[in-house]
Amino acid sequence: MTQTPGGEPPAEENGGLPARRGEERLTASVVRTGMFGAGTTGDTSGYGRLQVHKPPPLSSEPPYGGYFDTVAQALGGALQAAGIGFSDAIERVVVDHGEITFHVRREKLVDVADKLLHDPALQFEICTGVSGVHYPDDTGRELHAVYHMLSITHNRRIRLEVSAPDADPHIPSVTGVYPANNWHERETWDFFGIIFDGHPALTRIEMPDDWLGHPQRKDYPLGGIPVEYRGTKVPPPDERRSYA
Amino acid sequence: MTTHVTGGATDADEEAAQGRVYNVAGQDWDQVVAAGDTDRSENEQIVVNMGPQHPSTHGVLRLILTLEGETVTDARASVGYLHTGIEKNMEYRTWTQGTTFITRADYLMPLYNEAVYCLSVERLLGIEDRIPERAQIIRVLMLELNRISSHLGGLGPFGLELGATTIFLQGVRLRENVLDLFELITGLRMNHAFIRPGGVVQDLPPGGLEAIRDFLRKAPRMVRDLRSLIDANPVFVARTRGIAYLDLQGCMALGVTGPILRATGLPWDLRKSQPYLGYETYDFAVQTADTCDAYGRYLIRINEIEESLKIVRQCVDRLADRNVPNDPVMIADAKIGWPARLSLGPDGMGPSPEHIAHIMGQSMEALIHHFKLVTEGFRVPAGQVYVPVESPKGELGCHVVSDGGTRPYRAHLRDPSFHHMQAVAVMCEGGMLADVIPAIASIDPVIGGVDR
Repeated sequence: MTQTPGGEPPAEENGGLPARRGEERLTASVVRTGMFGAGTTGDTSGYGRLQVHKPPPLSSEPPYGGYFDTVAQALGGALQAAGIGFSDAIERVVVDHGEITFHVRREKLVDVADKLLHDPALQFEICTGVSGVHYPDDTGRELHAVYHMLSITHNRRIRLEVSAPDADPHIPSVTGVYPANNWHERETWDFFGIIFDGHPALTRIEMPDDWLGHPQRKDYPLGGIPVEYRGTKVPPPDERRSYA
Repeated sequence: MTTHVTGGATDADEEAAQGRVYNVAGQDWDQVVAAGDTDRSENEQIVVNMGPQHPSTHGVLRLILTLEGETVTDARASVGYLHTGIEKNMEYRTWTQGTTFITRADYLMPLYNEAVYCLSVERLLGIEDRIPERAQIIRVLMLELNRISSHLGGLGPFGLELGATTIFLQGVRLRENVLDLFELITGLRMNHAFIRPGGVVQDLPPGGLEAIRDFLRKAPRMVRDLRSLIDANPVFVARTRGIAYLDLQGCMALGVTGPILRATGLPWDLRKSQPYLGYETYDFAVQTADTCDAYGRYLIRINEIEESLKIVRQCVDRLADRNVPNDPVMIADAKIGWPARLSLGPDGMGPSPEHIAHIMGQSMEALIHHFKLVTEGFRVPAGQVYVPVESPKGELGCHVVSDGGTRPYRAHLRDPSFHHMQAVAVMCEGGMLADVIPAIASIDPVIGGVDR
């Protein structure tokens, strides 16, 4: 049941009306206007005043279903045994598209990784690397590092997500626990500028050593030159009409 | 004096650590040695730069090897020479156009790159259950053919690097047959963009099944020929048995999967353990070896070629037995399914005349959908997924993030070769310089996938 803000009129009378549904999301920031992203010409589609608001951050409550509950409980137990509360280490848990994501506080990442590898009930032997994502609009948590874990023993997969602000792009390195992440952390530093504290040799891996900037960040332009094709000029991809 | 340069050293460190430099470019070796003999101390280490354009580095890989005599004491791999920004480029194209980019990552297994990307987009769209059965069978068929060609692309050059031209030619001869099938079915020999979100781009052409059957008749004998050249070849066995040892613990620590992991005796194959595309309904065996060495990895690859032939045969039978009129190969949802009705014309692949007649003459809605899909593309609900598949080289994963728009917000390919290159140091250090070559060949890295 959705809640109406303000209190007047009573929620039970019109809270379920279609016109009121989702009203609480009107305070969220607008991510898109109109239907077709047209900014230069008049929008004759009738959708010109449409405003699409940013969806609220996902958060799931237990039970998560499947083996996710077993993993969450085992992780909670292992952290408890080490004197760390579950919510001290894990901000929130998201179950989406049949996959579970643990949003880990960056101070506790190494502890969580250590428990994931060594606890017999968890045994995530393989970390398949870290993938960075840059959300410039997510103030205070612009840089995300996403780790995918695989347990061969239990045939399970989970995802860890850690965030860091642009102003302080530090995330502890998990190479002490998962040596496999060595190159992948270098790649994420190279592309996103996330500094993995404790990495044995955090140098650029794909870009040249003297490269300036971190190319996969959203504030780094794609670049490119217009191409002539069959008599017309095709502009570079980042200057083409955008629909989003 | 001792010369020691590590992979991550900066220019200044390099200058400081660098000893005498010998530039050897085809002169007389005796002269080089004589020139350097004057002030050499005992136990001198030599740093050899191998690559980035060395024929046995499978692309543009650079190795920095520190030698004591012929023993490699330090091996550092340096990558990045083939970085083309595929992931960044995909953020500026529609979801469908992404397949054209991602297929170019590991160019020896293009269909796997497409498949893993399309599977992740489909999971984000929530249409995994609505992909037509025929498309799924064709996907498995193409993937297994690609597994054969990828393994052959690894085994043939393996022989060449050890000095056996015949192995290379036999491998390439068989691979050529697979590429001919690709050309017939997709119109291209590599970088197909054949698997698309929602299905595949077109059905098998007329005569396609017969061509595959013909291939299935020839292939087993050719694989047998190849085996008879390699399996008990004393030179090959001497160069690979006990070489490039990596045990189960090492594989786990370094995130190594695929044939290298299975060569330690662990039957870990995602097609069996976490099936996708209906692999649980196909009959095949997971190949393992217990030698942890380059020879075991070879055996697994050549056995997997035979298993893949088995799966291809089952796919062909299923396709032949299907008696469904107008069997679709693309999802029926007009808002997602790209106009898959393409045909091969005299100037390459393009929309089929029937499809043009349909959108231009019969259905206004079809025209609108066509226009919207081709220009704007479809929107994918916000979220993130990670989909892994068992590629010929190991676990190939795709992490895709959507912000609800018509373009990927972030697409990341977890390429197995990228992780396996980290194992070069473990496999080569302490061994002979000559064993570096079979070690790299047994990893079967493709730098297009490593650097993306």
